[in-house]
Amino acid sequence: MPKPSTVTPEVEPHAALLDFKGVQLTYPGGTVALSGVDLTVRRGEFVSVVGPSGCGKSTLLRIASGLETATEGEMKVATDHVGYVFQDATLLPWRDVQGNVELLAELREHGKADRKAAAKEAIDLVNLTGFEKHLPRQLSGGMRMRVSLARSLTMDPELFLFDEPFGALDEITREYLNDELLRLFVEKNFAGLFITHSVSEAVYLSTKVVVMSGRPGRIVGEFDVPWPMPRDPEIRYTAEYAALVGEVSHALREGIDA
Amino acid sequence: MSAPEPNAAASLRLPMRFGVKYWAPPLAVAVLIIGLWYFVSYIFLDPSRSYLLPPPHEVLAAYWDPAFGPDMFVALWNTARVALTGLLIAIALGVSWAITMNQATWVERSLYPYAVILQTIPILALVPLIGFWFGFDFTARVIVTILIALFPMVSNTLFGLKSVEKGHMELFALQHAGAWVMLRKLQLPAALPAMFTGMRISAGLAVVGAIVGDFFFQRGTPGVGALIAKFQARLNAEPLFASILLASVFGIVVFWFFGWLAKRVIGRWHGPI
Repeated sequence: MPKPSTVTPEVEPHAALLDFKGVQLTYPGGTVALSGVDLTVRRGEFVSVVGPSGCGKSTLLRIASGLETATEGEMKVATDHVGYVFQDATLLPWRDVQGNVELLAELREHGKADRKAAAKEAIDLVNLTGFEKHLPRQLSGGMRMRVSLARSLTMDPELFLFDEPFGALDEITREYLNDELLRLFVEKNFAGLFITHSVSEAVYLSTKVVVMSGRPGRIVGEFDVPWPMPRDPEIRYTAEYAALVGEVSHALREGIDA
Repeated sequence: MSAPEPNAAASLRLPMRFGVKYWAPPLAVAVLIIGLWYFVSYIFLDPSRSYLLPPPHEVLAAYWDPAFGPDMFVALWNTARVALTGLLIAIALGVSWAITMNQATWVERSLYPYAVILQTIPILALVPLIGFWFGFDFTARVIVTILIALFPMVSNTLFGLKSVEKGHMELFALQHAGAWVMLRKLQLPAALPAMFTGMRISAGLAVVGAIVGDFFFQRGTPGVGALIAKFQARLNAEPLFASILLASVFGIVVFWFFGWLAKRVIGRWHGPI
């Protein structure tokens, strides 16, 4: 197996790291999951995709990661450093936090010292220092998700894909992790593509919100979120925020009815 | 930002496994059984027929009887050698068989029916044939043991390998992990709990297999089974019961050993906290 590049490729500040052009996915049975999707995510952008359940928004992510292949159109990823956070934390129950965070580097056959250093930094970034020896079953759902984030962070992701990562968590934990994620985004300056079914989460996290219709999934609306990063948590309680959430929700409802 | 909520320390503590509440109920049942045994030996049975169930202390005395004791422990050693050799081979063979089947659907489809056949044919019917081919000694006995103990190892390992979560498979696939890495770092560890279940079942069956071999192959190095048959034929009640007890205790010890091993190896992350 060729060793993946350990050198960060030179990417210009606002280069497109992910590019979908007319992407369609038709399953062998004939079901069209996605249709005519055009979407670009650049460094420094955090794009959220909202849509009704079953609209293919997760499929979008699976195509971006290479887990599935588009049947029509073009998909380009301009970096090797792709992080992927699943709906579940998908931690290996027999490995402690340290072992789980080291996993990806281990699978890429990085040296032991590199692995350890990368894991230490990532565990630090998600505030889990001191929990290295804990097993997943000794952690709360929110902590498990943070381990999952740390695991992806060891990839030094330039493109970070999130598949409804906080959907199963309670509201308080979710808000806390939203802020953690924004902090990481500002610190690491990656390109983010975030799938969620929560409109308010999408608006709070993103620089752009994309609305998808019911199956076959098409993009039916795009909304730029104007507030600067790092984002003030208080923004959530302003009228402007409520108004934008309302607009996105309307577009979502029209997309379902369409 | 403050440290995360450490609800973890509590779950590190081991449960109270060795308290009175843990031991008392089975102990009470044991006392009850022994009491019932004495009742049957002394009160229920007519003294002329007491050989049908000699009282416990007379059975235990047989172990110290120079006429029977040494024979019994030599026989146990022979049975143990057969059972453990057969079990280890059955485990290795069963795990390899399951791993092979897990590589591709067509391989599984080709090989699984034979695992089922192994389970459904009356192996006792094959035992004379095995004697015919392999003689009546150690090898033949081990083969009988393997045939009896193999299936649970195959089916449980296969079940374990298949129980790997889809998300975990994708996690590895995203890093382009090869089949060997996937097996070593994901599928085998994930299958361990099921494999230990298989080992416990197979261990019990291996003891059965070794004793069954004895009944058929009276020649060669006799094990506990041969001894049981001999004492039965001679109406030696006390050593007969003592031999049966010995075989049972051996079976329990082997079963318990794999339970203990499972707890040592996977108890940290699997099963009750």
